[in-house]
Amino acid sequence: MKSVIIIGAGGAGLVAALSAKESGAKVTVITKEYPTRSQTCMAQGGINAVLSEDGGDSIEIHVQNTLKSAAGLADENAVRYMCQEAPHAVAWLDSIGVGFSRTNESRIAQRKLGGAYAPRACYAQDYTGLKILHTLYDRCLAEGIEILNERYLLEFLTCKDAQEKIFVYGVSVLNKRSGEVQTYEAQSVIVATGGYSRIYHNYSTNSSSSTGDGIATALRAGVKASDLEFVQFHPTALKNSSILISESARGAGGYILNSKGERFVNELLPRDEVSKAIDDEIAKGEDIFLDIRHLGLEFIEKELPQEAKLAKLYENIDPARELIPIKPAAHYTMGGIDVDENSSTCIAGLYAVGECANHRVHGANRLGGNSLLELVVFGRQVGKNAAEHAKSSDENLDLQEQITEIKEYTNEINFYEKQKFLGDLFYKNVGIKRDKTALQNVLNEVQEIRNILPKMGLDDKTKIYNTNLIEFLEFKNMLELAELIIISAINRQESRGAHFRVDFPAADNEKFKAHSIIDKNGAICYED
Amino acid sequence: MKINIKRDSVVCYEVEAKKQTLLEALNEIKITQDGSLAYNSGCRSSVCGSCAVRVNGREVLACSYHVQDGDFVEPLNNTPVIRDLVVDMDKAYGFNAKAKAYQSSITSSVLLSHEDEKLNEVQSNCILCGSCYSACPVYAVNSEFLGPFSLTRVLRYVSDKRETNKKEKIDNIQINGVWDCTLCNACTLVCPQGISSKADIEKLRARSAMFGYMDPSFSNFGGGISF
Ligand SMILES: Cc1cc2nc3c(=O)[nH]c(=O)nc-3n(C[C@H](O)[C@H](O)[C@H](O)COP(=O)(O)OP(=O)(O)OC[C@H]3O[C@@H](n4cnc5c(N)ncnc54)[C@H](O)[C@@H]3O)c2cc1C
Ligand code: SF4
Ligand code: SF4
Ligand code: FES
Repeated sequence: MKSVIIIGAGGAGLVAALSAKESGAKVTVITKEYPTRSQTCMAQGGINAVLSEDGGDSIEIHVQNTLKSAAGLADENAVRYMCQEAPHAVAWLDSIGVGFSRTNESRIAQRKLGGAYAPRACYAQDYTGLKILHTLYDRCLAEGIEILNERYLLEFLTCKDAQEKIFVYGVSVLNKRSGEVQTYEAQSVIVATGGYSRIYHNYSTNSSSSTGDGIATALRAGVKASDLEFVQFHPTALKNSSILISESARGAGGYILNSKGERFVNELLPRDEVSKAIDDEIAKGEDIFLDIRHLGLEFIEKELPQEAKLAKLYENIDPARELIPIKPAAHYTMGGIDVDENSSTCIAGLYAVGECANHRVHGANRLGGNSLLELVVFGRQVGKNAAEHAKSSDENLDLQEQITEIKEYTNEINFYEKQKFLGDLFYKNVGIKRDKTALQNVLNEVQEIRNILPKMGLDDKTKIYNTNLIEFLEFKNMLELAELIIISAINRQESRGAHFRVDFPAADNEKFKAHSIIDKNGAICYED
Repeated sequence: MKINIKRDSVVCYEVEAKKQTLLEALNEIKITQDGSLAYNSGCRSSVCGSCAVRVNGREVLACSYHVQDGDFVEPLNNTPVIRDLVVDMDKAYGFNAKAKAYQSSITSSVLLSHEDEKLNEVQSNCILCGSCYSACPVYAVNSEFLGPFSLTRVLRYVSDKRETNKKEKIDNIQINGVWDCTLCNACTLVCPQGISSKADIEKLRARSAMFGYMDPSFSNFGGGISF
């Protein structure tokens, strides 16, 4: 039977799986964790959709808000498609049982997120991502979809056909439990492995699994990535742990203060502007705090219970009486595997969706609530396309198994220390503010780390559930991506959205109102 | 301070004496002392369910438990240990499919009120951490028991207006299901999300009764008992 393999079981992967199954393909989902542990569970805010135009909101305004936030870099057709499909996407989630919050009029409740004209984000209490992800998982069980847990993607298997056209025929994975390399073959493969914010290590709000594996692996196979330099920083992450304190704390009237107790920025400005202002203060040697004391204990307990719990747990402070220490942290990566309007990469049969893909709907800055939307809309589309491709493909899959050798490196240098070092470097120099000299220096550092990789390696050479090995493989993927991100950032000699160059503080529409497209060798070009 | 971790044998590690979560302490050990220690984590914020372990015999999330001097850390119970603190959850999660813990079919345009939303809000907060499963004593005698989180999930769906075939759901949880629970409440005490599978199972028993089922341990009393 014609089959589709999906790498990644977050929101994007599971939606794609359901849709491919519905289109008649045999579907196998592969994840390095378990589906419900994917980062999608962490989303709290909501998923954007204009459900009714009664309150003055409209699909057109959703399109305009998205384009504005994207700072000239989004594809208007793709954005329009996403916003038009949004009400259907939410209706579909509702039809499979997602426990959205409801209004007294029995409608799906919506709230206003930053950059939105009206309350447009559909939410499920404080657990939007959790409830969407778990319901998708339950639906996959109902449909009998095969899910293989704890298998780590190593490579996409590709081949050339008679016309020298490169196509994908499967994947090789490391079974974490047995330590064996296994291959799975399929006519279509969908990458849904999430973003790469963990390059910023201690300065990221993301799950520890957001290491850009799928993007780095796809690049090695020959696809192109785009807009890698655009990384969204969230202004209010806890200082020690980088855990997100949601925007609702500012929305509800929280203040941002420096060590002198002064407010220095309008808290309600967009994320990148608040982050930039905080970064300026930190550069002056200030510590930064979020102050919600004046909102009152009752309000905090009722409206911000998660925030209060996390602040207690990780910062050991009681936000009803004390200031919450914060810093900006890497939150969402706009760049990713470059795909066309069918979610297809330049390798036949290889598709990408979710945060690892770049559908050009977020441009230089993502609008809050649009990424859950993206993964449902394009997940539904990509599953269908991949299933159709698999059916039409007559590629002969009876190819020889490939066994990847994992090299035996010496262990003179602790790679965990280098990983932390890379995160610190990235936060300082490839973070909220960038300039050529600093970027160039980091590029040299990254190349140096790559050169000494053979001196790093494993404490643990055993086979069974070797997390040391997996983390090393993730580190290698992050290093490969790190280099391409810096090259993209050096080449974009302008400021736009989340990419701010101190040495080029203005936008340059003539040269750079274009997507940066990069291959694994760092060759870069720009495309409208 | 010292913490003891059950690996092939019990290993004692020295970690910095400061207020920190168990997950932070495990990370410290892995990065600075012993890269071979195996455990899982993801979100660090109690929502992905990756990091449940037992500390001094009680299930906790490593990312939300403050580690104490002398703590004894072990993997979850009732699941095969793969290595150190990592257990294989495939069989445990497999009970969700066996319990048919999903909506029977796709249903469009069912209007739900604010009250309808609240009916199963708590049950749908489950993060599948497996703590309840580890704490449940029934597995010692019946390894096929559908178990606390799967039954909670069944209640989550049968109490949803969008579920069109409630009877099928209830039919499916009679064997190795609601009647096998001893109502000991161990699951409730360890759930990080404030879910009481025990109470949920009682509700499912009441619903089972409405569909004509009764406690099989009563029907053994020579028949004839009818309510
Ligand atoms: C704290 C937080 C709050 C957020 N809030 C919101 C919000 O309110 N609204 C919104 O729209 N967005 C929000 N986002 C963003 C949004 O959650 C993510 O962009 C989205 O969930 C990404 O989904 P995904 O399916 O693409 O990837 P993920 O959910 O990250 O899933 C990736 C999957 O790929 C698998 N995988 C990765 N690498 C490998 C490998 N090598 N081998 C095998 N499998 C692999 C993982 O195991 C996982 O199953 C938030 C993000 C964070 C961190
Ligand atoms: S019911 Fe509670 S303890 Fe059990 S898996 Fe769900 S969250 Fe964990
Ligand atoms: S109450 Fe029932 S399900 Fe919960 S632990 Fe006890 S026997 Fe298990
Ligand atoms: S790391 Fe996600 S629940 Fe602990």
